[in-house]
Amino acid sequence: MKNKLIAAPYLVWMVVFILVPLIMVGYFAFTDKEGNFTLDYVADVAQYSQIFVRSIWLAAIATVICLVISYPLAYILTGFSKNTQSTMLMIVMLPMWMNFLLRTYAWMTMLGNNGIINTILGFIGLGPFKMLNTEGAVVLGMVYNYLPYMILPIYSVMVKIDKSVIEAASDLGCNPWKTILRVVFPLSLPGVMSGITMVFVPAISTFIISRMLGGGGNLLIGDLIEMQFLGNAYNVNLGAAISLVLMVIILLIMTIMNQFDNDDGAVLL
Amino acid sequence: MKKLSKIYLGLVLFFLYVPIFVLIVFSFNTTKSRTVMSGFTFDWYIKLFRNEIIMESLWNTIIIAVIASITATILGTAAAIGINNMKKVPKAIVMNITNFPIINPEIVTGVSLMLLFVFFAARMNFEFGFWTLLIAHITFSVPYVILNVMPKFRQMDPFLYEAAQDLGCNSRQAFFKVVLPEIMPGVLSGFMMSFTFSLDDFIISYFTSGSDSQTLPVTIYSMTRRKVSPEINALSTIIFLVVVIVLVLKNVIERKSENNKVKVKGEKV
Repeated sequence: MKNKLIAAPYLVWMVVFILVPLIMVGYFAFTDKEGNFTLDYVADVAQYSQIFVRSIWLAAIATVICLVISYPLAYILTGFSKNTQSTMLMIVMLPMWMNFLLRTYAWMTMLGNNGIINTILGFIGLGPFKMLNTEGAVVLGMVYNYLPYMILPIYSVMVKIDKSVIEAASDLGCNPWKTILRVVFPLSLPGVMSGITMVFVPAISTFIISRMLGGGGNLLIGDLIEMQFLGNAYNVNLGAAISLVLMVIILLIMTIMNQFDNDDGAVLL
Repeated sequence: MKKLSKIYLGLVLFFLYVPIFVLIVFSFNTTKSRTVMSGFTFDWYIKLFRNEIIMESLWNTIIIAVIASITATILGTAAAIGINNMKKVPKAIVMNITNFPIINPEIVTGVSLMLLFVFFAARMNFEFGFWTLLIAHITFSVPYVILNVMPKFRQMDPFLYEAAQDLGCNSRQAFFKVVLPEIMPGVLSGFMMSFTFSLDDFIISYFTSGSDSQTLPVTIYSMTRRKVSPEINALSTIIFLVVVIVLVLKNVIERKSENNKVKVKGEKV
């Protein structure tokens, strides 16, 4: 048990398959095709700032919508008896176990001009509306795919909140809304924070949802990276530079979120 | 309030399940239409099972998931033991690197591994395929095993191992008879996580698979790119059914064992 060597196989694996690949991303980002040092590719990323802004914007909207839907839902779930809670939670999480390509494909077929939604609207004399290949469809796909990632962490923090704290709040004169705002919300903040990161990170870097639901016109950072490595635009150095910038953005956001979590959480308490 | 929350819950479940049910319904459609049911047929299921590409990639997916999750579990458990005995600074460094594949967007992990494999493929004369996929799947699985096993050591009495040796176990016996049963829940949940993530992974597989060896999600993706085929609907229906059966069984077993625990406790009282 005191033998540290037992970790050696993993340490070798970790260096070769986690550390070295990341270093290679950095290497390719700062070199040109001949392997000479250059800042060109990192500077080139600025050309795509519009795509970065769009990705951050759409991912942020999706995250907010997920939060707005999930928070009341998690609260409602904690009100059920224990057995009902676990059953309900299973029912809510079940769609997540389907591959996300299939879930996105489902929306692709439903949102199309000849899709089922437009057909139903047609019966009432509305439409057809262009729903597929819009930014709205991309946001919808993000919300649909990542909603459980928001529900689960919020629920698991909320369910641990001591019921007597809530009772104490109402005994001391809080009405139900005030109890939620002043007691439940601050206590559930860690769950909200991890929910936000769990939705935002995959949403900002997706390339499937944007491609299947957004058509060609709504490129996101993920599409841009994919195009440099496997697409027509093949340019490994630029792809590495974009990946590096994406990584930095996400690390920054996570640092900010952690900051917020520690400080404000404590202040609010 | 009670009624309102039930309506809300119903709406969210409606949102989560309608796309899946639409997929399922149209898997029985006689035509390729996605809006009008023209008749009932099992044709698409028969076509699905005769589709060699799908069957082959399904087989690939299962083999890779089994090998990757078992390897990752052994590698990760051994690593957790070693890391647990490390000094503070090396431990922090190793854990930070281990966390990288978890916090990093999947696309960056996929791209970084692809860069590594491209580099070696050119020099060592191998092609993208089974082995690159397997290595990638092990790489993104091990961190989850480590993160599941590490907390178990914290919960375990550190002197348990020494006590076992004092009572006559050699170090191998002490590990397999005393330590391993203690950390087993963590090892098992790490294994289950690795297995399901491996089955479900698309993004990393997409960047590390070759043309001759693909996993099911990668095949599904290329199917959705081509044209609409109700075979995808049939496949979704089967996957959904499998997921439902597995989750319900898991829930029933868990509840039974919990009830048994309660019973045993009750008898003691």
